[in-house]
Amino acid sequence: MAALRSTSSRLFAAASRSSAGPSMFVRSMASVGEATVNADPKSSSSARNKTFQIYRWNPELPNEKPKMQAYTLDLNKTGPMVLDALVRIKNEVDPTLTFRRSCREGICGSCAMNINGQNTLACLCRIPTDTNELKIYPLPHTYVVKDLVPDLTHFYKQYKSIKPYLQRDTPAPDGREYRQSKADRKKLDGLYECILCACCSTSCPSYWWNSEEYLGPAILLQSYRWIIDSRDERTEARKAALDNSMSLYRCHTILNCTRTCPKGLNPGLAIGEIKKEMAF
Amino acid sequence: MNAQRIGVRALQQVVRPNAFSQNIPRLMLASLQTRGAATVKVTPSEAQTILASQRLQRPVSPHLSAYDFKQTWFSASVWTRITGGGMTTALYVFSISYLAAPLTGWHLESATLATAAASLPFAAKAGLKLLVTWPFMFHLFNGTRHLVWDLAKGYKRPVIHAGNIAVWSGSLLSALGIACFL
Repeated sequence: MAALRSTSSRLFAAASRSSAGPSMFVRSMASVGEATVNADPKSSSSARNKTFQIYRWNPELPNEKPKMQAYTLDLNKTGPMVLDALVRIKNEVDPTLTFRRSCREGICGSCAMNINGQNTLACLCRIPTDTNELKIYPLPHTYVVKDLVPDLTHFYKQYKSIKPYLQRDTPAPDGREYRQSKADRKKLDGLYECILCACCSTSCPSYWWNSEEYLGPAILLQSYRWIIDSRDERTEARKAALDNSMSLYRCHTILNCTRTCPKGLNPGLAIGEIKKEMAF
Repeated sequence: MNAQRIGVRALQQVVRPNAFSQNIPRLMLASLQTRGAATVKVTPSEAQTILASQRLQRPVSPHLSAYDFKQTWFSASVWTRITGGGMTTALYVFSISYLAAPLTGWHLESATLATAAASLPFAAKAGLKLLVTWPFMFHLFNGTRHLVWDLAKGYKRPVIHAGNIAVWSGSLLSALGIACFL
């Protein structure tokens, strides 16, 4: 193998790949993707078809009801994640399919959608290898802009309403920066990682029925992130803003939020901590 | 090594077309590829009107029908409410009819009810009792669980899962036990 990886073989790898069989496979430069598919003779001989049932609605034909459309792909030619399949459908099968995507690595939160009954990020969700149909819906109980694109305007307004920034009057003692002990910093772990993808909020039945007034798990987790920040000086005002029957207490500990979070965070726990802080 | 690299550079230079021939097709494409969808200039207020009319027509995406029913229906929380509501309703219905019994001539005293049920087969008696014992046990177990949650404890995913199984199997088994043997 060492000999095969030498520069001279790399030079000719691209040329020889098409004619050489799997035994002659050599690692080439950037185009490993297609080469690895050919490397396994079994996978290239039999197609592994999977059907994707995808929610469609076109705002230009508003009188037509939303419908499910089926697309079948060969998984051997598709990347491992649901987002890969969606991108491939859009590129090769149906360019009218509309969805949000950006980073493809679970940090932007754009591709949040309901996959097989659970909200998650399409880029972090593996395509199940079984032959069952995979159902993809937009985030539940949201207004649909088009196909898999939900209208998150209200969600972002709610985020703005909790004042998600450091509020402080006292200047820093050393005049340079607001310092924090290691223990205080540790309290923010598991909270600051939230990317506001809205998976948890739209998984919550309570948020489905009361989204006008109930803030929902994602916003409450963010709220808790500022309540326990040792540098913030508006803790009491923040708590007072939540002290009504709707903003916080529509949480009935259903815990769909904790189960669904694609980042492995715990909005349910954050809400529990706020409730405890408000009570004692 | 060096000799090879020089060879590669030479090869690339041969293959690379000059700037002129590279640009011609691009220019041609630019004139040929016009976008079918033309954009229309609108004022901000007009844009707001268009957006508002679009928003009126947007459908709500599927929720209860699309979401994993195991989570929304068997994650216990809603059943605390259902069992609680059911028991409250039963209590009110029985109490009011007990109050009205002397006027309507119903016999709802304990002794009458006990003799009425005594002649029933064992399975029917256990089944009737289960209708009362299961909601009570479920509400008791899951209510305790909610009290623990209020202390901000037991929110880890495996703990939630184990708790679900414990509450469902525990309430069913204990309710069956009470219904059959008490």
